Amino acid sequence: MPANNYEYFLLLPHIVLSVGIVLSILIEIFTKKGKEILPWVSSIIFLFVGVYSLLTLDKNFLIFGGTVEVGGKAAIFNFIFNIAALLTVLTSIDYIKKYEIFYSEYYILIQSSVLGMMVMSMAHDIIVIFMGLELMSICFYVLAGLNRKRLSNNEAALKYFLLGSFATGFIVYGIALIYGITGATSIQNIFENFIQYSNNILFIVGMLLLLIGFSFKIAAVPFHMWVPDVYQGAATSVTGLMSTAGKAAAFSVLIIVLGSNLTYSSPIAFRNYFSIIALLSTLIGSIIAISQNNLKRMLAYSSIAHAGYMAIGLAAGNKYSFAGIVFYLAAYVFMNIGAFTIISIIEGKDETRLTLDSYAGLYKKNPFLAAMMSLFMFALAGIPPMAGFFGKYYVFFGAIQADLTWLAIIGVLSSVISVYFYLRVIVYIYFMNETEKFDIEKSLGGNLAISLTGLLVLFFGIFPDTFMNLITNFIK
Amino acid sequence: MLSIPMEYYLVLSALMFTVGVAGVLIRRNAIVVFMSIELMLNSANLTFVTFSSYLGNSIGQIFVFFVMTVAAAEAAVGLAIIIAIFRNKLSVNIDEINIFKW
Repeated sequence: MPANNYEYFLLLPHIVLSVGIVLSILIEIFTKKGKEILPWVSSIIFLFVGVYSLLTLDKNFLIFGGTVEVGGKAAIFNFIFNIAALLTVLTSIDYIKKYEIFYSEYYILIQSSVLGMMVMSMAHDIIVIFMGLELMSICFYVLAGLNRKRLSNNEAALKYFLLGSFATGFIVYGIALIYGITGATSIQNIFENFIQYSNNILFIVGMLLLLIGFSFKIAAVPFHMWVPDVYQGAATSVTGLMSTAGKAAAFSVLIIVLGSNLTYSSPIAFRNYFSIIALLSTLIGSIIAISQNNLKRMLAYSSIAHAGYMAIGLAAGNKYSFAGIVFYLAAYVFMNIGAFTIISIIEGKDETRLTLDSYAGLYKKNPFLAAMMSLFMFALAGIPPMAGFFGKYYVFFGAIQADLTWLAIIGVLSSVISVYFYLRVIVYIYFMNETEKFDIEKSLGGNLAISLTGLLVLFFGIFPDTFMNLITNFIK
Repeated sequence: MLSIPMEYYLVLSALMFTVGVAGVLIRRNAIVVFMSIELMLNSANLTFVTFSSYLGNSIGQIFVFFVMTVAAAEAAVGLAIIIAIFRNKLSVNIDEINIFKW
């Protein structure tokens, strides 16, 4: 336990981000050029917080009476969230003008949602988890429907809002039952006597309601109904953030909850629940994605499948598979945001040019975008030496160590299915003739984001050990 | 003061929660669905207060304040979304909000 004043230095990322949100609101109020300044202010904040978190990895403490963890795992997740937000902001600079959501609120909401995610990943108390979750979710509801004149945005926001708060209802009632049986909201107090409580039916119902609520948030089958509609209807840059950082935040909570279970009691609790979730998500996500022609919708179903692969790691429930999930989440952030950035550059006004036909013959128009799209598709399909391969490898290896070989085989099978629809995009780009003529807009921020993600995907794929060692050293 | 057994409160809140879930699944008006969600949150609040009172610790009551705050924020955002969709479609029936399929 550090000395009292030291706590505030470790909380610096959260303080900087909170002050940044207030500052951004003031910039918007008092300057006329807020919309042009705010992306750069947000980028600087996200870059600082991401790098600072990476530098404080080794200072791992529980502070504020054990309700909050700083450093260690929380810092790794802070890095993932902030890099995802930084890439999203770079993508957005040109995109939100095209999408007619050129408001300063856009950046302020992204900052607030990232603060919510950071609170979730640092939480060791159910109250803190709940507040972080709601801060993130409410910002996402608004972001999904930011263009209020556009019907697709309205529909996405309404579906996300109704199903998201439905899930919140489950989570709150589950927490109420857990609190009633244990008399505490601290994760440590709940899980120290887990075996004793697990004889109580109300406690098990509470835990299941909590897990069902979070299964909604990670977009796992059978709680995935909202995913394709919301991901297709929301602005592409917002979808990129929701599908990567939002999923990572929900997984960070599941890792805290199940990881504490691992520390204090039996690791195999809830294994059946997550095995079924993983089985359904991987297969259904991959199979339905085959029939999709719209790229955003295809990536939405692929995101369901990826949630399934990560849920295999939760089912395995050992230290190695949890580290694998964190690696997978980082890799998924880079490759998915890269893919969504390319979609946002190619997308025309009024949500045109989102189908596969628009990608036919792309390599003649823009060889750079074509090559990077192929890179991200290979990475998502899990072909070495891209980052996606090692994410899957670590998770499946953890499953085999935990005697869940059948689940690992299902995972490999569904990756094989998913290769079909990922590689179809590449076939369209390189082997089809151009069907529609259009000019691709120049986007400096977008190209910067694509280059960064491309480099990171390759770096994580070629040197997976550097990041994996960091994770295994500091995850508990 | 504690003459009513705890189970009565718990059964009542469980019933409220069930009514809320059923309302979300069955009703077709977006505002009624939203009201059903609020009912779910309030049933959780009742459970919190019951347990807090019978366990004799105040964490449950503190949590209720957090839940109420969040519910208020959700109501502000949710009603705004419903108004936005009503302006475009002149309807809040969720069966008619169906431009995305498959």
